Amino acid sequence: MPLSLTANDLLILEGKYGQASERAMRIIVRMAEIMGVAELIDVTQVHIDACGMLTEAGLEFIELLAKEGGKVVVPTTLNIIPLDLKNWQQQGISEDYANKVLRTVKAYLDLNCIPTWTCAPYHGYLAPRFSQQIAWGESNAIVYANSVLGAWTERYADFFDVCVSLTGRTPKFGLHIKENRRGQILFQLVGFQASDFLDSSLYPTLGHLVGKKTGDHVPVIVGIPVQPTCDQLKAFGAASASSGAVGLFHMVGITPEACTINEAFQGKEPQQTIEINPFMLEMARKDLSTLSADNIAIDTVILGCPHFSYQEFGELALTIQRHGAKIHPEVRMIIMTNRNALTLLEDSPYMKIIKGFGAEVVSDTCVFHTPLLSSSTKVIMTNSGKCSYYSPGELNVQVAFGNLNECVESAIRGVVCRGVQPWKRD
Amino acid sequence: MEKRLKGQPVVAGYAQGSAIILREPISFWGGIDPSSGEIIDRRVERSGQIVAGKVFVFPNGKGSSTGSAVLMESIHNGTAPAAIINVKVDSILALGSIVAEELYQRTIPIIVLPFSQFNDIAEDDLVTVFPDGTVLINHAG
Repeated sequence: MPLSLTANDLLILEGKYGQASERAMRIIVRMAEIMGVAELIDVTQVHIDACGMLTEAGLEFIELLAKEGGKVVVPTTLNIIPLDLKNWQQQGISEDYANKVLRTVKAYLDLNCIPTWTCAPYHGYLAPRFSQQIAWGESNAIVYANSVLGAWTERYADFFDVCVSLTGRTPKFGLHIKENRRGQILFQLVGFQASDFLDSSLYPTLGHLVGKKTGDHVPVIVGIPVQPTCDQLKAFGAASASSGAVGLFHMVGITPEACTINEAFQGKEPQQTIEINPFMLEMARKDLSTLSADNIAIDTVILGCPHFSYQEFGELALTIQRHGAKIHPEVRMIIMTNRNALTLLEDSPYMKIIKGFGAEVVSDTCVFHTPLLSSSTKVIMTNSGKCSYYSPGELNVQVAFGNLNECVESAIRGVVCRGVQPWKRD
Repeated sequence: MEKRLKGQPVVAGYAQGSAIILREPISFWGGIDPSSGEIIDRRVERSGQIVAGKVFVFPNGKGSSTGSAVLMESIHNGTAPAAIINVKVDSILALGSIVAEELYQRTIPIIVLPFSQFNDIAEDDLVTVFPDGTVLINHAG
């Protein structure tokens, strides 16, 4: 199928608007041809993930575009940057490293991107609206925008997001097209009670399981008898986009393109139906940890993957208060967040509780990309399915997955403490 | 024994190398270390193996959209696979290869094979890929 371009697309391609957008359009056209796409469409917002990981090739590319005078043509937010921009000097980070990141920052700001520095852009400035065509990078943000907000984005690769921001044009492909948003695999929760949903680790665990079983299909989940919070949906989506390539899920009665099961499947039959019972969820919970035993010493508790919301800080503060103790002297707790949540936190009573506990709050960044952990870190604990999935490979550590309360208790006692298995049946 | 397969060239190019096969999808970010080419996803069976210079055969990419940045950096560092063979077009990996071509005039070919032919490649086979999508396989041993 030949790709048809508008007169303006051709002008961009001929360099009428400068070298950077010409280069960007050349890449977009190649991508469209690869995917057999017939036309390009407008997007009205971009979230760039490409700034998140410091690489020589990435820095070279973005500095080239900035040098060529590239400017974004639609509002463009930025993902995490591999540095806590306000506090790196207190974090023992080398100047050489920081200078490279600061060069990255300058290049993106030269393109007129918005310095949001977060992997949770859906909780902040410029959250997209229902059925808005957008181009987002960052797997957890993509799945949230598509599923929870009902905006339409394909899964954008790093630097493809940059190309789209410079032209406002993208191939009409994947999840930009209504029929591709149709549910494919039905996941039916069976044998659960409403009380099973009280343990907040259910959502990342279920996401991990669904992602694993669904691959790159569109899963539809039925049988959740409660209304999950935005943070719980965030945790579900992030886990499903890590263990699988999920870019969109539907939860019937919960997410906006799935008021009914019929709507979720756009009137068609599911390709496959998979039942999920409590036993499977217990197994998935075990699968998230590489450390199955408790009472093993931990080095660091990592929270805020994706970035902690203000609401999550509130839950953390209340959990800390309930325990009434301080963090173990040999354990660190690192909480990653963005400036939106941090600004609210600084004006709230929670900050004193969290700081008094001994936790470290870092902004703009992510432990996966900035050297915040010492090389002696061997065991981490987290409440995040995404962090559990990636940390053994990316951080070379053992990981124990648990709910927020278990993370706090483990940080106090210095060893992995997990309570009862929440979905175990006698 | 030589076998000839016909795939779709996602990113066209010529390359040759021995096959390393993964039977499950992988995310390049969290899955491949661009400084060494090692498979670092501890949850996959080939964890610890090196893909640099090999023809890396796996069904499709998954997970993180940073996969393209990892592939670009691997190409920059010379630790990338010689070629990638999938059964599904993965736009994240394609983009990484294309941007590397913009920057370094150096790319790695990506070929998509029909699922029925995917199992025709065995570990350590000498694999040659051509710009038109032809894949030539010489069985090892």
